[in-house]
Amino acid sequence: MKHITKIGAYFIMLRKVFSRPPRGCDFKEVLMKEVDDLILGSLGIVSFISFFVGGVVSIQTALNLTNPLLPKFLIGFATRQSIILEFSPTFISIIMAGRVGSFITSSIGTMRVTEQIDALEVMGVNSLNYLIFPKIIAMMLYPFIIAISMFLGIIGGWVAAVMGGFATSSDYTQGIQVEFIQFHVIYAFIKTLVFAFVLATIPAFHGYYMQGGALEVGKASTTSFVWTSVVIIVLNYIITQLLLS
Amino acid sequence: MITVTNLHKTFDSVEVLKGISTCFDKGKTNLVIGQSGSGKTVFLKCMIGLFKPDEGEISFEGHVYKNLDYDEQRELRTQIGMVFQGSALFDSMSVEENVKFPLKMFSSMNITQMKERVDMVLERVNLKDSHKKLPSELSGGMKKRVAIARAIVLNPKYLFCDEPNSGLDPQTSILIDNLIQEITREFDITTVINSHDMNSVMEIGEKIVFLKDGLKAWEGSNKEIFNTDNKAIVDFVYSSNLMKNVREVYRHQQI
Ligand SMILES: Nc1ncnc2c1ncn2[C@@H]1O[C@H](COP(=O)(O)OP(=O)(O)OP(=O)(O)O)[C@@H](O)[C@H]1O
Ligand SMILES: [Mg+2]
Repeated sequence: MKHITKIGAYFIMLRKVFSRPPRGCDFKEVLMKEVDDLILGSLGIVSFISFFVGGVVSIQTALNLTNPLLPKFLIGFATRQSIILEFSPTFISIIMAGRVGSFITSSIGTMRVTEQIDALEVMGVNSLNYLIFPKIIAMMLYPFIIAISMFLGIIGGWVAAVMGGFATSSDYTQGIQVEFIQFHVIYAFIKTLVFAFVLATIPAFHGYYMQGGALEVGKASTTSFVWTSVVIIVLNYIITQLLLS
Repeated sequence: MITVTNLHKTFDSVEVLKGISTCFDKGKTNLVIGQSGSGKTVFLKCMIGLFKPDEGEISFEGHVYKNLDYDEQRELRTQIGMVFQGSALFDSMSVEENVKFPLKMFSSMNITQMKERVDMVLERVNLKDSHKKLPSELSGGMKKRVAIARAIVLNPKYLFCDEPNSGLDPQTSILIDNLIQEITREFDITTVINSHDMNSVMEIGEKIVFLKDGLKAWEGSNKEIFNTDNKAIVDFVYSSNLMKNVREVYRHQQI
């Protein structure tokens, strides 16, 4: 019952987020700050993880291809498929739920605890819109992060395959081109956009409606991470079912 | 003028306000006093609409707040300046940006006019050289003063201050009191101040509402406070020996 009320509250919040932008607010400035915090700030960690996981995926595939009859280009093929379909859009989003999600929950939660949100409201600012709308817009750049992640993951796989002597460079490049289905990329980016929205709004919800003090800010960040991940996983299942099967 | 009628507020079975009715006049500094935990902050937050009262109503110049529609409520709020007990400055903004924020949101001033206005209010609260500092780099009293500057920058019609001079030294405290009284008179503002500072009570308490156990236990002016025999308020105000002596001297002079 409690969860149902919460879900209801979440959708009511969304309606308020999209109503009435603040009047004279310089939206561009606020947006730039969010892009800096949420998008540019995540590039480092995402690149790092993607590159190495791409490498690991390609090594794992190589080690499992013990049958000499199977062509070597399968390494490139398998790496590309797992990176584009699942690793970059879903796995990176879960990591972002930790990186971006807890940042959003704790920054908004702190504003709640120190009455800064009340101060906005008393001034007559629609605080939900002012605080959350720019975050949602900034997160619409999230697909760029995922594109970079896909690229680096595949590069990582190539480096690992060639350096480890599992396949030649031409095998691998042949593999990543074989049976390429454009729709898989479209599917991946549809997922990414949905996850971006989830990544901005669920943590914001947990921060905005938290109660208590500094201790609760920590707790709210944890809860928000759990919920964001769960929702991403469930939506991943639903979207895959709808688009690919 | 703000009129409060029969205000009730309960938090999970704890009844904090048990039916308060009073009114606060324009151009006067009105004080709400009471012990720590007596519900002063809750009372103030009910008046500005941050807490929804369980019962009762608040009206601003005759317009009942809860009967206003969303836009009218927002409009009214732009005429309210509020100083929170914990200052509530925006952490990520410098002092200057904090004070400029309401101007950016709600005024049609250009950049130079805004800057002039910000400089002027910061000077009034005696903060001339801290424009670029972040709230984390300020002392508690400085934060209070920035909060006051931010509350008055738009020339509000209603000013609410939750303990504006707690944590300030006596000198700055008097400066703040006088500032609030000055602007209240100058711009004919309806000002409501929560306080337990006896100095402010005596100096600027043109109207005093005393809260006790969720009820209004006494109301009157700082002149009347010397002569009243209401036990609750006498116990509260004259709890220190110094104040007892002040009362004796005052009563003596009158005779
Ligand atoms: N958000 C809240 N939820 C539950 N109870 C609350 C809440 N805010 C205040 N209270 C309770 O209401 C009572 C009055 O609190 P309030 O903050 O108004 O006191 P106060 O008079 O402002 O005290 P002080 O002078 O110390 O600031 C307290 O018992 C407090 O526990
Ligand atoms: Mg208080």
